[in-house]
Amino acid sequence: MSHYSVWSVLREGLRGQTGWDRAWRDPEPKAEYDVVIVGGGGHGLATAYYLAKNHGITNVAVVEKGWLGGGNTGRNTTIVRSNYVQPVSTQFYEHSVQLWENLSHDLNYNVMFSQRGQLGLFHTPAARDVQAKRVNTMLACGIEAELLDREQVMAMVPHLDYSERARFPILGAILQKRAGTARHDAVAWGFARAADRLGVDILQQTPVTGILREGGAVTGVETARGTIRASKVGVAVAGSTGHVMAMAGIERLPIESHKLQAFVSEPLKPLLDCVIGYGAPGAHFYISQSDKGGMVFGGDLDFYNSYAQRGNLPIVQDVAECAMAIMPCLGRVKLLRHWAGIMDMSMDGTHIMSKTPVERLYMNAGWCYGGFKATPASGWHFADLIANDRPDDLTAAFSLDRFERGYTIDEKGMGPTPKLH
Amino acid sequence: MIRITCPFCGERDHSEFSYGGDATVDYPALDASAEEWTAAVYGRTNPRGPHKEYWHHLNGCRAWLVVERDTLTHEIGTVEFAHPGLRAAMGDGA
Ligand SMILES: Cc1cc2nc3c(=O)[nH]c(=O)nc-3n(C[C@H](O)[C@H](O)[C@H](O)COP(=O)(O)OP(=O)(O)OC[C@H]3O[C@@H](n4cnc5c(N)ncnc54)[C@H](O)[C@@H]3O)c2cc1C
Ligand SMILES: [Zn+2]
Repeated sequence: MSHYSVWSVLREGLRGQTGWDRAWRDPEPKAEYDVVIVGGGGHGLATAYYLAKNHGITNVAVVEKGWLGGGNTGRNTTIVRSNYVQPVSTQFYEHSVQLWENLSHDLNYNVMFSQRGQLGLFHTPAARDVQAKRVNTMLACGIEAELLDREQVMAMVPHLDYSERARFPILGAILQKRAGTARHDAVAWGFARAADRLGVDILQQTPVTGILREGGAVTGVETARGTIRASKVGVAVAGSTGHVMAMAGIERLPIESHKLQAFVSEPLKPLLDCVIGYGAPGAHFYISQSDKGGMVFGGDLDFYNSYAQRGNLPIVQDVAECAMAIMPCLGRVKLLRHWAGIMDMSMDGTHIMSKTPVERLYMNAGWCYGGFKATPASGWHFADLIANDRPDDLTAAFSLDRFERGYTIDEKGMGPTPKLH
Repeated sequence: MIRITCPFCGERDHSEFSYGGDATVDYPALDASAEEWTAAVYGRTNPRGPHKEYWHHLNGCRAWLVVERDTLTHEIGTVEFAHPGLRAAMGDGA
């Protein structure tokens, strides 16, 4: 399959775009693989890519029930950042940002990673202290971050509500300049194409219906296209984690499935050249502008367990109010679409990347609101876990048994209530 | 909009309610083992389908309810008071 370059773009421009090959194969499933990855979202595809690239394991299948990027990978608001409070999370997400920075070159696919910077606004002196602590955590982890005062935020984004009447008076913001956005489907397609070129089979329209085990160890998966045997199985199915892990007899997990909505407006001329987010009691909001001009934004999840990939009206109102509270200039902008994805909300708000009680069955889940930014690092470290059958230094903290050991990683200090993380 | 029929107030939009999570969790005795407590505090079956869950009629009569709801279709099944005393006093449902 051809290498993408400026020359291939020019050549195809002159040939009427007739010479492009398909980006990845559509193979028949083999009877057996070394590793089967369940779930063809960004995480599953990235895992397959790094298994092949970093560990030389190429006899791998990614088994996806629908189409690539039809899950949360293609439904999210694409914010990438590494400004966390817990050092172990900050370090994990920083590794991800570093991988993002070279991802288009590495994959030979433009994932449109745009480091336009992210502002996290704060509205009270107490919230300023929290953000100052966050800046310090980041600096201690060797990641650049800045605390801006009100005037500096005004200079960067003059059209927020700085008036006397503002519902959320803007006192300042934390700025991570290396944060930004990426193109969601391009991430799925880029990893898929790069994995395929290294020999990975990508099996779409192939739901996994059972997980085969013998004597406490995994031996393969049952699918709608027949049995596929495998020495190792990695599960990366986001909101469907409970459903799929139950197929392996793991009935209870520290995860609930909740739906999160996202919104996009009609396309506008350039209005916002960075990502903005804020959270205050009763309000949660984040917004950026896509390259096509649409304002892409979201807020809180719908607050009740759900596997329905459609949103409900109270949150539409809630998010619209959050938007108006901070950017009143959006008042007359028309909404183009809104949709929902099913998120794997964990009990402490942090992901689980771990071995499981079933030997050689591995799980990658619990990403809550934040798994898109994690995609490259998730794939990198999950591949390492699967290849070596042990967590690496950065992954050990994210094990499934941290809950029983008392080592939860609770970024917001919310306790075991998934909807609040 | 999901509509829940509160046994006390009648049919109301779900925005009047606050969600309280899985109602099938049994909390063990205070001196139960750490394993039992871990399972109760952190372990969820998280079903795709019928789910028994708590809803608090916060902006209504303020009663806690146990609602059966399908997590895939959002269809509401039975609704009853969570408190056994209230259930006995008021009857099982509207
Ligand atoms: C509205 C919304 C906004 C978000 N915004 C952000 C953001 O701004 N920044 C950020 O970092 N994160 C964000 N997230 C979170 C992020 O999108 C997810 O954490 C991330 O995409 C999860 O990646 P994944 O590859 O595991 O999931 P998915 O892309 O959901 O992939 C899982 C795949 O598993 C497949 N699957 C399920 N069951 C089976 C089965 N039985 N057999 C085979 N395949 C199966 C599904 O079809 C799906 O394709 C957002 C999420 C949502 C819903
Ligand atoms: Zn009521």
